[in-house]
Amino acid sequence: MDKFLEQVKAALTEPAMQQEMLTGIWETIYSTLLATVLACLLGLVLGVILVAGEKDGVRPLPGPLMKIINAVINILRSIPFLILMMMLLPVFKPLIGTTIGTKAAILPLVVAAAPFVARLVETSLREVDKGVIEAAQSMGCTPFQIIWKVILPESKPGLVAGFVTALITILGYGSMAGFIGGGGLGKIAVNYGYNRYNPGVMIVAVVLIVVLVQLFQSVGTRISVSLDHRITDRGGKKRRSKETAHKIDTDKRDPSQPML
Amino acid sequence: MIELKQVSKTFPTLDGDFQALKDVSLTIQDGDIFGIVGMSGAGKSTLVRCINLLERPTSGQVLMDGEDLMTFSPARLRQARRSIAMIFQQFNLLMQRTCLKNICFPMEIAGVPAAEAKKRALEYLDIVGLPDKANAYPAQLSGGQKQRIAIARALASNPKVLLCDEATSALDPTTTRAILKLIQDINKRMGITAIIITHEMAVVEEICTHVAILEHGNMVETGTVEEVFSNPRSEAGRKLVFPEGAHIDQFPVASVVRVVFNGGSSYEPLIASLAIDCGVKVNILGADTRNVNGKAFGSMLLGLPEDKSEAAKAMNYLKAQRDVTVEEVPDYHG
Ligand SMILES: Nc1ncnc2c1ncn2[C@@H]1O[C@H](COP(=O)(O)OP(=O)(O)OP(=O)(O)O)[C@@H](O)[C@H]1O
Ligand SMILES: [Mg+2]
Repeated sequence: MDKFLEQVKAALTEPAMQQEMLTGIWETIYSTLLATVLACLLGLVLGVILVAGEKDGVRPLPGPLMKIINAVINILRSIPFLILMMMLLPVFKPLIGTTIGTKAAILPLVVAAAPFVARLVETSLREVDKGVIEAAQSMGCTPFQIIWKVILPESKPGLVAGFVTALITILGYGSMAGFIGGGGLGKIAVNYGYNRYNPGVMIVAVVLIVVLVQLFQSVGTRISVSLDHRITDRGGKKRRSKETAHKIDTDKRDPSQPML
Repeated sequence: MIELKQVSKTFPTLDGDFQALKDVSLTIQDGDIFGIVGMSGAGKSTLVRCINLLERPTSGQVLMDGEDLMTFSPARLRQARRSIAMIFQQFNLLMQRTCLKNICFPMEIAGVPAAEAKKRALEYLDIVGLPDKANAYPAQLSGGQKQRIAIARALASNPKVLLCDEATSALDPTTTRAILKLIQDINKRMGITAIIITHEMAVVEEICTHVAILEHGNMVETGTVEEVFSNPRSEAGRKLVFPEGAHIDQFPVASVVRVVFNGGSSYEPLIASLAIDCGVKVNILGADTRNVNGKAFGSMLLGLPEDKSEAAKAMNYLKAQRDVTVEEVPDYHG
């Protein structure tokens, strides 16, 4: 027990350890944010295609194309994350130059997370009232205008909640990537806790990950709720905050689970 | 001018095809306020949605100034739709836009410069009586207020045609009247053509010039409101115009006359002037009359006083009226 407390103390006070932790936090934040932004962009495009392109969507696309997109998304979501990452690391090697480190993990993360984001986006977009879309059609909106000026703005709160879910999930996946050469807090936790049997340092890294997740979640929930003009009173805001937090919590992918 | 020619609409459903419209033909002249009435499920919404092709007829033609919308390219149809505004029963406002931005929306789509759109939107907020709601979001409004924003949104883009699907059924009678007045006003001032779906005959009476009656997807009757209301030819028409049938109170009286109104002045002034001009009070035993644009149609049973000379005086007075026929009902049993 004493040894454990000493390890924790060392992790927090030793300059070299402090430096390593700070670097870990920074790497985690930037790689998570970067991967999230890219995954959300890709997921948003895919989600819009899934909703707008279906048979009675605002811009139907050829059925076979929709089938292929759906199949690819389902397959990617069915491969356990770590395995998918391992499969993807060499694919991106020519582009990145390495399969080790924070940078190498970003693009595989994006590809692994985008199908997941696409489904979250799809769910949010489908919640837009059909009547509102019809009203826009009756005014002579083009399909693009309906997507850009009606569907996306109307589902903004849900989309933001989905992006926050993606952020948290990607943070989790990114940390898991510590096992296969990824960087950041995940690598520190794996290196010290698993490889060198130093549970004190591991706990500090894990606590930092948890703090980051909580921070992202509460800030994200707040942004999502504040963007929603369907809520008009404080009671409603509280209720929606709870609902959104719960939704993010249930939607986020547990990285230990296969991608189902 | 809007013409529907043999418009049919069939919905494929799980248990077979359902024909919601059967060979409906209609002509709506520019500047008409055209009512479409019928029982729930008669196909009213389907019909009006066929006019802007939100629903594509299975067969038939939808002609707008002689051109068949069904043959238009998507781009041309969008262009045409910009002059056909629609008010929905469910308002269908954008929940994440302020009221002002909602009203600006169709103008934004039609490419009206933002400043002008805003100016017009503010004008219409004023017209619908909600000038203080410019920056409110739809969620902060009552149902009637939302409907008024929807109406402002429809009108602000200066459409040539206004389609209203039960636009007032969410409103209280006072607001309904105000909205109907507004539509009538716009119709008079700008010559907008309005097509109004409703199940309330009072709405038709209040503002429509023409009416069509739908039943089970068939158009069973159409004509001017006067024609249809004074003499509904179809069973469905009679049921809608006189839902209660002839209703007569139990009342002991001396003699009874039936007064038939053929479109003269409305009947209240007649009964009032009967009392004033010849000092005779009569009992209204039953009335089956309707006021259509300030004119009376239908018939009324009057119980005349026991005093023979007063009864005769009343009889003569009534007979002297224009647009009124009077006949005695010899064996009235109440
Ligand atoms: N998309 C659809 N698929 C299948 N059946 C439909 C569809 N839309 C309408 N119908 C059917 O067509 C008939 C007419 O519907 P419509 O909505 O036009 O009625 P309505 O006259 O507007 O009735 P209400 O006064 O209740 O609004 C109904 O029986 C309805 O069930
Ligand atoms: Mg209807």
